[in-house]
Amino acid sequence: MTRNMTCIGCPMGCDLIVEVENGVAVSVTGNSCGIGKKYAETEVAAPTRMVTSTAPSDGGGPVPVRTRVAVPKDKIFDVVADIKATVVKRPVAIGDVVIEDAAGTGVPVIATKAVE
Amino acid sequence: MAAAIEAKKNGIDDIVILERDVQLGGILNQCIHNGFGLHTFKEELTGPEYAGRFMAEVKRLEIPVETGCMVLSISPEREITVVSRAQGLRVIKADAIVLAMGCRERPRGALNIPGTRPQGIYTAGTAQKMVNCEGYMPGREVVILGSGDIGLIMARRMTLEGAHVKVVAELMPYSGGLKRNIVQCLDDYGIPLKLSHTVVDIRGKRRLEGVTIAQVDARGVPVPGTEEDYACDTLLLSCGLIPENELSLTAGVSINRATNGPFVDDALETDVPGVFACGNVLHVHDLVDFVSEEAGRAGRSAAAYIRRQGQKANAPKVIRVQPGDGVRYTVPSTIDLNNMDGEVHLRFRVRDVYKGRSIRVLAGGEAIVTKKRKIMVPSEMEDVVLKRDALKDCDLTVEIGGGV
Ligand SMILES: Cc1cc2nc3c(=O)[nH]c(=O)nc-3n(C[C@H](O)[C@H](O)[C@H](O)COP(=O)(O)OP(=O)(O)OC[C@H]3O[C@@H](n4cnc5c(N)ncnc54)[C@H](O)[C@@H]3O)c2cc1C
Ligand code: SF4
Repeated sequence: MTRNMTCIGCPMGCDLIVEVENGVAVSVTGNSCGIGKKYAETEVAAPTRMVTSTAPSDGGGPVPVRTRVAVPKDKIFDVVADIKATVVKRPVAIGDVVIEDAAGTGVPVIATKAVE
Repeated sequence: MAAAIEAKKNGIDDIVILERDVQLGGILNQCIHNGFGLHTFKEELTGPEYAGRFMAEVKRLEIPVETGCMVLSISPEREITVVSRAQGLRVIKADAIVLAMGCRERPRGALNIPGTRPQGIYTAGTAQKMVNCEGYMPGREVVILGSGDIGLIMARRMTLEGAHVKVVAELMPYSGGLKRNIVQCLDDYGIPLKLSHTVVDIRGKRRLEGVTIAQVDARGVPVPGTEEDYACDTLLLSCGLIPENELSLTAGVSINRATNGPFVDDALETDVPGVFACGNVLHVHDLVDFVSEEAGRAGRSAAAYIRRQGQKANAPKVIRVQPGDGVRYTVPSTIDLNNMDGEVHLRFRVRDVYKGRSIRVLAGGEAIVTKKRKIMVPSEMEDVVLKRDALKDCDLTVEIGGGV
């Protein structure tokens, strides 16, 4: 299978053409440097993203939150659903854990803003 | 906050931060996405977390803060007229002022889009505030005009909140936002980006019902026959930011037409003595790290101004910095050779996308700095450090040169 993607390693934004076999990048072309090759390999094998969203709070407005580290890309919507189903108890400080394990990823969700 | 922190650290105790919002942090409070502070803190923070670091420092240094405080005008003599619910109308006389009012978004009225005037048209930043701070969704079926970073970030944000973002249309042949945002906000969710496209019609009487998007030619004129209709209840505009300089004007500060921000020297001082500027009010930034660094410098300069009671250490020797080929503007626009620090940051934006070219700083026709760049794009601010030793008593021109 061939996949096209844009490298985000630098503003060049090289258009990468990646040959994928059994979920592994076997060849990368279009990159101008090694970062592009590495990026394509990770994107194919195990792409991850940090998820940022807002969770409802008990009586206050939305509380901004994020996953502590990046989670697998295909879990983004599950993580968001988990966040939306959580009611944050105020007061909350930056870094407070809001969900211990978001959508079975093992990654906690933390508050990113202090809310009284 | 960064300016106040540096002023305090440089020996000034009588400081106040005046903020019209209920909290400090400005635009960062609504930017809940990650991507802040990689340079400053070597970790990737969200906007509120980045602001939180500075709030903690402001608190630690016991710098007075007044929120809910709207500055109405500033006189050339540095009298600040401010109104607040708690204290009514007051005039504060300052020895030095650092302007840090940020910028605002270009609204529909400034874009000349034909069509009706229904509900459902928002600037992307307004929508961002609604969703992230107030918890309301502006709509469900969304078209975004402009590929600035706020528009891209909102495309992802609205998608994650359950909306359907149909397309992002960009007038220019290149995106106004960072590559990373195109990949992680559009490509990740299969949202198409149409370059060289714009909205040519808006339909709907009370609520927005749809828009027409057409391709534009090299001059930005819509190409007949390329129109496509999109049904939508929401149109978000991410079409540029304009520094908010009403207060600067009341103080008599001269504004650079290229940036819509004040002309400043290497100390970030405007042409009104004792009035300094930094951040988005000076020129629109894409990286908060640059904003904080610049603000820190403005704070240090303001502290030095007060310590020297407005007198320069040495008799000034001023050279001008001018934008040359491919460069839209430079900040600063003058450098005082006899009073500058050991080095000065020269920041600017390029006019177009340049691959494999170089930045050249010319002094009297001779290149004193040449920096090769793999790529330069208008959406990313350039930063070149000039050493004092390299400068001579002649004006500088910054231009995009050939490959080296
Ligand atoms: C949507 C968006 C996304 C961004 N994403 C990133 C990113 O991912 N990474 C990154 O590094 N950077 C990002 N940036 C850039 C960067 O964060 C901002 O440029 C920076 O925070 C601007 O700071 P500022 O202090 O100049 O302006 P602002 O944050 O706008 O602050 C100006 C303050 O002045 C106050 N004010 C204005 N007028 C008055 C008055 N008359 N009286 C009293 N108070 C007044 C306002 O209320 C406001 O609080 C983003 C910017 C935006 C807009
Ligand atoms: S492949 Fe290298 S040059 Fe191309 S975008 Fe990625 S990091 Fe930049």
